Amino acid sequence: MIMPTLLLLIAFNIFPLLYSLYLSFTTYSAIANQAPVWVGLQNYRDILTSDQLWIYFRNTGRFVLLSVSLQTVIGFGLALLLRERFRGSGLITTLILIPMMLSPVVVGLFWKLMYDPNYGIFNYLLGYPPGRGPQWLASSELALWAVVIVDVWMWSPFVMLLCLAGLGAIPEELYEAAEIDRASTLYQFWRITLPQVAPLLLIAILFRTIEAFKTFDLVMGLTGGGPGDATELVAVNLYRIAFSGQWNTGRASALAYIVLMIIIGISNIYIRYLNRLREG
Amino acid sequence: MPRVVPARSTQALRALRISLACVVCFVFLIPVLWMALTAFKPREAIVAVPPQIVFRPSLEGFVSLFTQRSTLTRMQMERYRQRTDLHWWDRIALERGLVIIGPSQYVGRLTNSLIIAGGSTALAVGLGVLSAYAFSRFRIKGEADLLFFILSTRMLPPVVVTIPIFLMYRRLNLFDTHLGMILLYTVFNLSLSVWLLKGFIDEIPREYEEAALVDGYTRFQAFRRIVLPQAVTGIATTVVFCLIFAWNEYAFALMLTSDRARTAPPSIPSVVGTAGREWAATAAGSLLFLIPVVIVAFALRRYLLRGITFGAIRR
Repeated sequence: MIMPTLLLLIAFNIFPLLYSLYLSFTTYSAIANQAPVWVGLQNYRDILTSDQLWIYFRNTGRFVLLSVSLQTVIGFGLALLLRERFRGSGLITTLILIPMMLSPVVVGLFWKLMYDPNYGIFNYLLGYPPGRGPQWLASSELALWAVVIVDVWMWSPFVMLLCLAGLGAIPEELYEAAEIDRASTLYQFWRITLPQVAPLLLIAILFRTIEAFKTFDLVMGLTGGGPGDATELVAVNLYRIAFSGQWNTGRASALAYIVLMIIIGISNIYIRYLNRLREG
Repeated sequence: MPRVVPARSTQALRALRISLACVVCFVFLIPVLWMALTAFKPREAIVAVPPQIVFRPSLEGFVSLFTQRSTLTRMQMERYRQRTDLHWWDRIALERGLVIIGPSQYVGRLTNSLIIAGGSTALAVGLGVLSAYAFSRFRIKGEADLLFFILSTRMLPPVVVTIPIFLMYRRLNLFDTHLGMILLYTVFNLSLSVWLLKGFIDEIPREYEEAALVDGYTRFQAFRRIVLPQAVTGIATTVVFCLIFAWNEYAFALMLTSDRARTAPPSIPSVVGTAGREWAATAAGSLLFLIPVVIVAFALRRYLLRGITFGAIRR
């Protein structure tokens, strides 16, 4: 009964992985009618010594750090807010979940309209007169922040959902005991709430970090990597090298492998930390 | 979790909490509401400064979304205006000096989305149930490793696997086909589907099936008559997650389809008119596209939480 599943996964994962590992050591273009030419580590050397790529990695790093940390804080805050049930809290929770169910490219496209410095509603709501507010998508310093804001809007609900699950599982006795000991609310938060939610919070952070590292569609809808290369994230650049225009399949495969290694590395560190936390 | 502290201050705190929750909820919904409003705005209202919240609704966006139009010369327009067989949508186009010359590609793209999302969800959940049942009930060598392998397939960024899949698909003639996209999304959803369903099936007591086996049912009959009906909520949850993923997927669709099998997400950005971007059409397209997700998610909201936590949290 497991065979069909495994066969499909092998055909679509193991084969592509091995094949792109091979391609990463070659010069090859998917649209040219020529066989791959073995060049050894050349692609990797080119990538790791290219200044451009370091910029894209730095963009990605900044994006991941900013957006995951903001999502964590906001998502956790939302969970604390919606923790105690009241009339309509279920409805509010569900409504807040809508952003994460939307298609990122559609979301990106739509926020583009909201960010417009003249007729967009975003600056207007922030209180700027039309045309005088910040040019979110045209300024190289703000564009990355613009992407971060949208990503935070989309994915804080996800963190919230996991935190709510964690909060719901805390035994009430812990608080009752603390109440008897006259522990302050702050103390209760640091010593009971946070440690108890921590495992799920870390899972949320892990998921979000991996996903944020892969961010592609949101940027394509919002900025397309611009202005200049202010929001050119690694996944976006990978697409550009592999498909649009360049068709440099060998080099793209090498970059893809580097990205893969980084993701595996991050996941491993997290999972190890998570296990320690569980045991300790 | 009712706490027994009926002091006045906590009452006030509670009211504050509730109103804050309402405000936050509203803030989160502004972009969605704005999209819905924009879909019904005439072109002038969209680019109005300052942004307009009250306007005369128009279906111009939907007309632009669903039709292909062509510009009329002044003479043609005069003649066109005389005609009596015009529909309301023709009149909306005419106001812009345009004539409708045929349907747009959006309907076809939406149909592709439906076929591909539906097909892949059915396959992923079907195969997922079988595998999850096997993982849950039989002893399998290296079970933990296999399960981790299945989950790990989801960690790859789409762009990493797309290159070889692109090459493979071209060789197998699966590029830009419904079948190709269905298979691909099935694979990507399988990991989630197996993990989710295993969690749900683990919860169904084995004794039921054992009793059925004693009564002379075969394994498969026991599975079909006993396990499946009990796993319905789990299956529903899995269906939602798979549908949402396949429905919203953009990267694979962009790189592995061109025209025949292209889905809606990569084509919404290209709903561009002759005079710059037609925001109303884009908004209308996005709105129509998100309505099914919202409905499905709302109908099954009770299971969402358990789904995301892989059933790890029991309430």
